Amino acid sequence: MSAVPREKVSLRASIKPGEIQVASVFKGYGDARFRTTVVKDCSFTIERSKLTVMIGPSGCGKSTLIRLLAGFERPDSGSITLNGAAVTGPARDRLVLFQESALFPWMTTWDNILYGPRARGELTRESVDLAEFLLNKVGLAQFRKKYPMQLSGGMQRRAELARAMINNPAVMILDEPFRGLDAMTKELMWEYYSRLFEETRRTNFFITTDIDEAIFLADRLLIMSNIPTQVRATIEIDVPRPRTQLALVENDRANEIKMQALSILHEEAMKSFSRGSKAAADFVEAYSKRVSKS
Amino acid sequence: MSAVVASAAAQPRRPREAWWRHPAVRAVISIAVFLAVWELASRLNWPWIGQAPAPSKVLDAWIPLLSDQGYWYSWYQSSRRVLSGFLAAMIIGIPLGLAMATSRMFHDVSFPVFEILRPVPPLAWVPAAIIFWPTQELSIGFVIFLGAIYTIMLNVIGGARSIDGRFFQAARSMGSSNWDIFRRIILPGVLPSIVVGMEVGIGITWNVVVAAEMISGGGGAIQSRAGGGLGFFIWNSYIGFSYPLIVVGMISIGIAGWISSAIIRRLGILVTPWLRLR
Repeated sequence: MSAVPREKVSLRASIKPGEIQVASVFKGYGDARFRTTVVKDCSFTIERSKLTVMIGPSGCGKSTLIRLLAGFERPDSGSITLNGAAVTGPARDRLVLFQESALFPWMTTWDNILYGPRARGELTRESVDLAEFLLNKVGLAQFRKKYPMQLSGGMQRRAELARAMINNPAVMILDEPFRGLDAMTKELMWEYYSRLFEETRRTNFFITTDIDEAIFLADRLLIMSNIPTQVRATIEIDVPRPRTQLALVENDRANEIKMQALSILHEEAMKSFSRGSKAAADFVEAYSKRVSKS
Repeated sequence: MSAVVASAAAQPRRPREAWWRHPAVRAVISIAVFLAVWELASRLNWPWIGQAPAPSKVLDAWIPLLSDQGYWYSWYQSSRRVLSGFLAAMIIGIPLGLAMATSRMFHDVSFPVFEILRPVPPLAWVPAAIIFWPTQELSIGFVIFLGAIYTIMLNVIGGARSIDGRFFQAARSMGSSNWDIFRRIILPGVLPSIVVGMEVGIGITWNVVVAAEMISGGGGAIQSRAGGGLGFFIWNSYIGFSYPLIVVGMISIGIAGWISSAIIRRLGILVTPWLRLR
């Protein structure tokens, strides 16, 4: 591992972080009479070299926003731009990590990570070095010859992170990537992921429904309204990095932000509860228990 | 106290699995019981099954054949035909299946024809095969080929269709070209289904070998009873009223089919290493 410092330099040098502007975007589904507007006059910025976390009640239209950002779908009106250029379709400058693992089962960890460079015919000395560096970074060096089926859920997510990062996207978009992992693995993943972010300072956009996850990871927190989705509040998480779960529990600023965020989410949940959402009822109940405890 | 220690020391004996739980032992038992019931049925002249020659009679007929070149030549002939028909079915069936799975247009144009031809049994093709093909060997190979190709194609199409859409999305966003996706996503994704299709397909080729070799009339070895292939061997024994030999032929085909499937299963495990490691 003596070569690591040199590789680290090459990793940093190859990153060209991007900035995404979402300006008054509208998106709806269904035809005229039964049209549901999912995203309504939504505007925000995913700032360069920052980790922006978006949190909102489930079913609030976050996944629709992701499809728009990735370019799988186009907005009805409004604009989405990356570094000033309009987003017109899927491309490697905006890689998306989805909820379920999409590692190729027939490739080893190593071949999965090198998929992108090979696909583009860019299998160079540097890309192999970078793969080696990332493999170590996500703690999978001994698992390079294993197939995804032989890896645990957490390892799979880490392998997928490495596979995405080797392509040097200008923006990485992660859609609840740690959902379904057990609590301990999840916290371990937060640490892996935030270290990777701190080292590379790539622009990251992370979507979650977990307030602890959001506060652990975010530079900026976007709190979304219920459907049709809009940004309800933006909070700068000015808690120093690197963070640990233990330190966050005792950090007054972090707790203050948490309560602030939860009360906004609670308001949103109440609104949809009064419109008849059962999922919102669960949230309202969980929230009131949590507030009375603290 | 010491008694407790002693019993703890005696404990580490690993519980040995009962001998009769071993699959090989069970296989031997199953075959032995089958043969015993058959022998009994034949000796006691039970209705229906009592008509079949007893295993001992079959064995009596079989043993001299083991040193008979003609018998082994039948094995060779049938294996050669099955293998070439089967290879042809793969060489043509796998690319056709892939084309049907990946191209909507090609699928729409070719699938109706495929679906109409598929239910026609290989046996029904025998007269046509004799007329169409210039040599007997080609006619036989063609019938065997028909036995395997539909299964292989159906498995390829089904396998390619069942590849998870997320893999394509991931590959595309990482910059894959169509060719790259075909080579590194579709091909390996469909490989397990190809193996299944091959395993089923080789079984069917042995199923149709009797029908196919009826064409041959001995494949140039009419005078000796054997030599025309195992399928012809059965047909010829039937014409010659040698019932034990019919059974010898049947069992021979059974064994040949079992060996072929076992080889393909092994090959399948070799080419899909990601499936065996759970």
